[in-house]
Amino acid sequence: MPIKFDLWWSKPMNMQDPIKTSVKEPAFVLPNAWRERYFDPWWGLVAAVATLIVLLVVTRPNPFLRILVYARDGIWVTISVTVTAFLLILIIGLIVALGRLSRIKILYGVMTIYVEVARGIPLLVQLLFWYFALPTVIQSIGAALNIAAFRNYLANPVLMAVLGLTFCYAAYISEVYRAGIQSISKGQMEAARSLGMNYFQSMRYIILPQAVRVVLPPVGNDFISLLKDSSLVSVVAVADLTRRGREFMAANFIPVETWVMVALIYLVMTLFSGRVVNWIERKTRLEH
Amino acid sequence: MKPIIHIENVHKCFGNVHALRGVSLDVERGEVVVIIGPSGSGKSTLLRCINRLEVFDEGMIVVDDIPLDSAENINAVRAEVGMVFQQFNLFPHLTALGNVMLAQRVVRKRTRQEAEEIGLDLLRKVGIPEKAHCYPGQLSGGQQQRVAIARALAMNPKIMLFDEPTSALDPEMIQEVLDVMLQLVRDGMTMVVVSHEMGFARAAANRAILMDEGLIVEEAPPQILFTNPKYERTKAFLSKVLH
Repeated sequence: MPIKFDLWWSKPMNMQDPIKTSVKEPAFVLPNAWRERYFDPWWGLVAAVATLIVLLVVTRPNPFLRILVYARDGIWVTISVTVTAFLLILIIGLIVALGRLSRIKILYGVMTIYVEVARGIPLLVQLLFWYFALPTVIQSIGAALNIAAFRNYLANPVLMAVLGLTFCYAAYISEVYRAGIQSISKGQMEAARSLGMNYFQSMRYIILPQAVRVVLPPVGNDFISLLKDSSLVSVVAVADLTRRGREFMAANFIPVETWVMVALIYLVMTLFSGRVVNWIERKTRLEH
Repeated sequence: MKPIIHIENVHKCFGNVHALRGVSLDVERGEVVVIIGPSGSGKSTLLRCINRLEVFDEGMIVVDDIPLDSAENINAVRAEVGMVFQQFNLFPHLTALGNVMLAQRVVRKRTRQEAEEIGLDLLRKVGIPEKAHCYPGQLSGGQQQRVAIARALAMNPKIMLFDEPTSALDPEMIQEVLDVMLQLVRDGMTMVVVSHEMGFARAAANRAILMDEGLIVEEAPPQILFTNPKYERTKAFLSKVLH
């Protein structure tokens, strides 16, 4: 077996080339092969940051334990907003990507305009629009058309935050998907079609399973970006981790401890996500 | 008897390139036709028009009484017409058996058990039952191409199209693929083969066709076409291919 480095940034993308590889699979799985496939020393970094948090909390419960207790509902909000938005992003991104690859001109045009617009406006501005501007627009429409439900519409901050994040990130993810789908050789689609599969069957069974492996690293990257950018929702009245940190600081005025703790919590979450992505990548890697 | 493939005055342009310029060809049931010709002569394009991987611009193709211009039945036609590619195009994320089973399950709606039985049977037929659970990346070129043939056969096609099936293979692997093709010929399969394997053409083909610049230049039984061609163009091409 060739020696591979366990560095996540040097991961070989060897699934693209089914012809030239010829490493025989051993009859039984060697411990070495198992380690190469599943053991990932960078979990140590996650453990180190987690240990640091625990140490701070144990050795100086005041203020660190207080911050943690104060902000724990914020952590939960950050996670749930991020995960909900990400699930929506994965689905909508795929639809947009297929639209961008479509030969139907209108579909292609609409999706392209969407991607360009969503990428071209800062996320913070988009979030402000969704939370402050959109409800006002709905209210004026309600007033003009005399629809009570619209006239009295009040924005739900979490809903608007999720919508805002989804709208922006789906555009990015769709471009990743598109590149992934286009990276699969045309012959794959032709072979599938020549067997009598229709477009959607070919996508479902042939193209997407291969594209998923290609797009996993950039999609994981976008998940981590999203997790961090979710801190922006703190400006639109969502009580996420960042906002809770600000509130704690305002009440106690110990900025160093507060922001160290908040930063460490974000860091442990992003490092953990990174390892999970890496683990999925290893599990789904094609065996050659 | 009606021909199983009826091609009439087919034209195809890629931008400015006139790839097919009015090709007409009939293939009878059980017939084996070998198409030769220089690269860019339109032989692959013609083959790909038969299962409409390329949409032709003008003319008519009827496959097993189904005209190809109406879109609704195109998947039905494709399921009846097996295709083998120069680059194999196996699905790298599926095992050999998985490759052979997938379309049976998705298109033919066979049960897993049925598909697996047929799949293993076909892998035995092409001589690599022991590789059923290997991924394409673990197989040699010749083995991959044989899996590709088995994959096409699993749909019970009435016609098999071969697009330079041995051109991407190392010399020592060509024969194992040709052997499988010869076996198909003995089974009475209708085949259209784009290939410069003269040995195969002599041994198996009822007709050999020389294409050049989007037209059929000459067609004759291979023994006659290869040894005693009528046209200068054919002679010139053969002298290059046969050394």
